[in-house]
Amino acid sequence: MAKRIDVSGLNAYYGSFLAIEDISMTVEPRSVTAFIGPSGCGKSTFLRTLNRMHEVTPGGRVEGKVMLDDENLYGTGIDPVAVRREVGMVFQRPNPFPTMSVYDNVAAGLRLNGSYKKSQLDDVVEKSLKGANLWNEVKDRLNKPGSGLSGGQQQRLCIARAIAVEPKVLLMDEPCSALDPISTLAIEDLIGELKERFTIVIVTHNMQQAARVSDRTAFFNLAAVGQPGKLIEIDDTERIFSNPSVQATEDYISGRFG
Amino acid sequence: MDTTQIADAPPPTPQPSAGEQKRAARGATRPGDRIFLGLSRGSGILLLVIMAAIAGFLTYRAVLAISKDEGNFLTTFEWNTGVNPPVFGIAVLAYGTIVSSIIAMVIAVPVAVAIALFLTHYAPRRLSGPIAYVIDLLAAVPSIVYGLWGALILVPNLNGLFGWLNDYLGWTGIFDWQGGAARSMLTVGILLAIMILPIITNVSREVFRQVPQMHEEAALALGATRWEVIRMSVLPFGRSGVISASMLGLGRALGETMAVATVLSPDFLIHASLLDPGGGTFAQNIASKFSEATEFGRDALIASGLVLFVITLLVNGAARAIIARRKEYSGANA
Repeated sequence: MAKRIDVSGLNAYYGSFLAIEDISMTVEPRSVTAFIGPSGCGKSTFLRTLNRMHEVTPGGRVEGKVMLDDENLYGTGIDPVAVRREVGMVFQRPNPFPTMSVYDNVAAGLRLNGSYKKSQLDDVVEKSLKGANLWNEVKDRLNKPGSGLSGGQQQRLCIARAIAVEPKVLLMDEPCSALDPISTLAIEDLIGELKERFTIVIVTHNMQQAARVSDRTAFFNLAAVGQPGKLIEIDDTERIFSNPSVQATEDYISGRFG
Repeated sequence: MDTTQIADAPPPTPQPSAGEQKRAARGATRPGDRIFLGLSRGSGILLLVIMAAIAGFLTYRAVLAISKDEGNFLTTFEWNTGVNPPVFGIAVLAYGTIVSSIIAMVIAVPVAVAIALFLTHYAPRRLSGPIAYVIDLLAAVPSIVYGLWGALILVPNLNGLFGWLNDYLGWTGIFDWQGGAARSMLTVGILLAIMILPIITNVSREVFRQVPQMHEEAALALGATRWEVIRMSVLPFGRSGVISASMLGLGRALGETMAVATVLSPDFLIHASLLDPGGGTFAQNIASKFSEATEFGRDALIASGLVLFVITLLVNGAARAIIARRKEYSGANA
């Protein structure tokens, strides 16, 4: 069920400002692809074009093609709402619905998609929470508010919420940047398990993290502030961190700039 | 720190006295701090003293009046303070005040929430600014102007609505219409709804605008439509704010005086039908009778005012209880 993403000639704008320019890449199914690069280079913007969240921002606009297997997400007649049901997303700060219980948070996506029997919902909630390695910690307080969990647990709750609707692709926008090292490790282990079932794209500022969790790494950069961000190169993670083909990548990875 | 260091340490400086320690813990006090402390503390105490004085005075006058009341103050359908012995009661006023306010809330709250949602989540920005400004202006119109508009424009034009209600809902009894002038509880409720609409709209709009982007994006990323985002993120987050806004509006509706006095044909009966002219509210009754009342009559009106005060307190308490009941689920802790 995981799908391949094929991006070609993608530009994204904020109003008249061109934020990322001419990006083309392929993301393989059942793998983890990491986006790295300095702040402001457009990697989060690019991530948000993959589930049509970029256009939610006032003035946000996208040109180009994003193919999910053989379907162009930006084709005519494509409903962004339907796209987001296929391409799930986890954000930088854990954002469980504060007014909902742990259970309702996980079931929220399913309830949007139609009506389910209580027993069906119970099964999916348990399966998703187990999939997010959270079940043992919350099984006795499923009816307590999700905002009462710790930060790391909240982020895993958000992952459970995202995978409950069985998306084809899971996008993660710096999912560990608000978490402590132990919670970060828990999420990284989880990413390793989830890639068996989903296509995962993760934006991270932490290069060790990119090296640890990803199979492929894409390096983004921008020429100067005010210039659009560009994809410099994408390659196997091992290659990017040992012998990248572009000098700028090596400079960034070895900490000589950025 | 290890023991050798302590042994090598210089002899301790003399311990400051207890008083000095206490002062040091509070930090140095400067004249400006002391003056401001006195001013702010004094203002707080003054407020309490004034409140207590008003409450004491009103209660004293009210007790004077109620102790001479020959009727039951809570259940009598009459307001005769000029006769001897006096007979008066607040039953009709309490009924009228509560019923007209309920009508106003039933009409105004859904409309206000809908307008606020439209302004924050649907209207293009170029449009929402001017609309919000016009609504602000509505809040600034004096209530007597609403009253005049109600009496001159609203009342003559309500016959159509009243006839329709009578035709389709007359069998319920509460929408039964005998064809009198539209100067009834429903008219008052409609007028009050228009008057409290701006405040509820404005406060709700502020609340909806403050819904964190990340909560809305959480719903969007799950594949929620715009309405589902509102239902999952915006309304739950704004719930307590909308209740507070409604209470502000309700407070105004309960206490509204001139507009009610202008559109209502008051009498001292409880009418089963909301369309029958007649009835009254606390504030309207005080305004209509105060200028011609005797000393004793004024005391009686003050007593009725105290009851209104108690009702307002109860309503506010209830609203707080509703908000507090689901506090752990409120958006504030996220």
